[in-house]
Amino acid sequence: MDDKLAGQAAKLASQAQELASNLRGVAQQISDQAALNVAGLPDGHMPFVALLTIFALACFVGYYVVWRVTPALHSPLMAVTNAVSSVIIVGALLAAGLKGLGAAQLFGAIAVALAAVNIFGGFIVTHRMLSMFKKKQPVKK
Amino acid sequence: MTQDLAAYGYLIAAIFFIMSLRGLSSPETARGGNLFGIVGMVIAIGVTVLTPGVVSPWLIVAGLLVGGSVGTVVALRIQMTALPQLVAAFHSLVGLAAVFVAAAAFVSPDAFGLGAPGKIKTASLIEMGLGTAIGAVTFTGSIVAFAKLQGLVSGAPLIFRGQHLLNALLGVALVALLVWFAMRGHPAAFILLIVLSLLLGFLLILPIGGADMPVVVSMLNSYSGWAAAGIGFTLSNTALIVTGALVGASGAILSYIMCKGMNRSIFNVILGGFGTDAAGAAAAAGKNDRPVKAGSAEDAAFLMQNAGSVIIVPGYGMAVAQAQHALREMSDLLKKSGVTVRYAIHPVAGRMPGHMNVLLAEANVPYDEVFELDDINRDFASTDVAFVIGANDVTNPAAKTDPQSAIYGMPILEVDRAQTVLFVKRGMSSGYAGVENELFFRDNTMMLFADAKAMCDAIVKALSGSSH
Repeated sequence: MDDKLAGQAAKLASQAQELASNLRGVAQQISDQAALNVAGLPDGHMPFVALLTIFALACFVGYYVVWRVTPALHSPLMAVTNAVSSVIIVGALLAAGLKGLGAAQLFGAIAVALAAVNIFGGFIVTHRMLSMFKKKQPVKK
Repeated sequence: MTQDLAAYGYLIAAIFFIMSLRGLSSPETARGGNLFGIVGMVIAIGVTVLTPGVVSPWLIVAGLLVGGSVGTVVALRIQMTALPQLVAAFHSLVGLAAVFVAAAAFVSPDAFGLGAPGKIKTASLIEMGLGTAIGAVTFTGSIVAFAKLQGLVSGAPLIFRGQHLLNALLGVALVALLVWFAMRGHPAAFILLIVLSLLLGFLLILPIGGADMPVVVSMLNSYSGWAAAGIGFTLSNTALIVTGALVGASGAILSYIMCKGMNRSIFNVILGGFGTDAAGAAAAAGKNDRPVKAGSAEDAAFLMQNAGSVIIVPGYGMAVAQAQHALREMSDLLKKSGVTVRYAIHPVAGRMPGHMNVLLAEANVPYDEVFELDDINRDFASTDVAFVIGANDVTNPAAKTDPQSAIYGMPILEVDRAQTVLFVKRGMSSGYAGVENELFFRDNTMMLFADAKAMCDAIVKALSGSSH
């Protein structure tokens, strides 16, 4: 009876050990996988599907926001979207701010200048346009 | 600033950009919207400059100084009538900037976390290639649009045999190149990709005529957004992706609205050559001897002064003649003698979306006197005088009645339902679509043959002469 019990206990113990080692293996695999992911996605890079999700949702936001823009302001809309799309300057800044002076830095600097024309020009011209839109004055002489 | 923190900064910038467009839903909130955009941009730039990867500020400062001062000077000096070409020029710069950013990422991918030079991941190569191609097409396409709007090249559609075949071949070659580039990441493929895209942008816009420019400018607006989004994917930058999507959607919606305003499909516009051959024939055949009633500035002044209500329909001709200020003076005088004056704007009037609204605003016309097609069309029937200045096709009743007409189905401003129609026009020529306007020959139509500005000035003179 005792022998039988001891035998079962031993069996159970060996099963538990096996399970533990299996689990360790799985855990190792998971952490390996995670490490691999980190290696595959350097600093601040997100998986493609996350970016695609953001992109798709932003398209919908854009769709609904732009339909609400009054047709009278379609010209300012173009000017301001143009200025805003010059946020591409962030990519240019990263290249222009690298150490040393090479092709990347040069390309970056050119792109910074081009985008800056747009940012300053776009916002200023939008402001000029918008400041012209006035309501009817109640008394006008 | 760590990458995590930077990502939060980009999120805030993206929200500000959304708020910026949201502000444009009414003229009251619009200036605030512009401010949101500026704040968003400052945040995006500030966050980027503070990331550890940016170590040498000199090129950045130089670029910002040069670009910023050029942009400021141009934006302050530009005439409001030159707005369409300015916007086209700005689009070209976004496209070119996208190409340069992609080129920088290609020559030193390690700086952007894309891997070692020559060993960039396929996914990054695809995104980079797409961003580059769209950017390059935007660049040359916008340059052609700019040249046409500025009058450097003829606004007439430029069409040659086999054009569409050539464009299609170029498109196929571009896709093949993109695949090759994504698989190998070869520098030659990258350069060839740029060259071919530049060529395609050039050829795509060349066949499109001047009056279709509202669609083209909107389309290029959209492209510049997609190019930014493509680069955003490469750099894994959410601010760029969100903004690119916003701008892309905005341009696409504007193109759609413009196409609907002409009852044409986007393909019809892109394939170009609207009624060019037929126009010549129709114009020649239309040179008939049917009588038209021509009037003088004094006649027009008399008619309008004794009217209860006048609706003014401005078109591109008003912009060309810079007649908006004289027109406003005229309507001020009419209002003083008790006439109700309103303005009706067709969606495709002018050379860019909302072009007429900006010009009228420049001339101090209050925006609540200016109405869109759907809001004012039914009022023409109860209006005494419709004053059409520099517009033609958008008033042509053939769009409703003649299924054979090139403009059949296009929504029009129904000026023909007004008691009297005054047309300010330089001659009897047909409009851009090459369709003759039946309205000219009606009994209740009076043609005022003159330059738009000269005619407005003359009417102002007649009005002020009779009232004092």
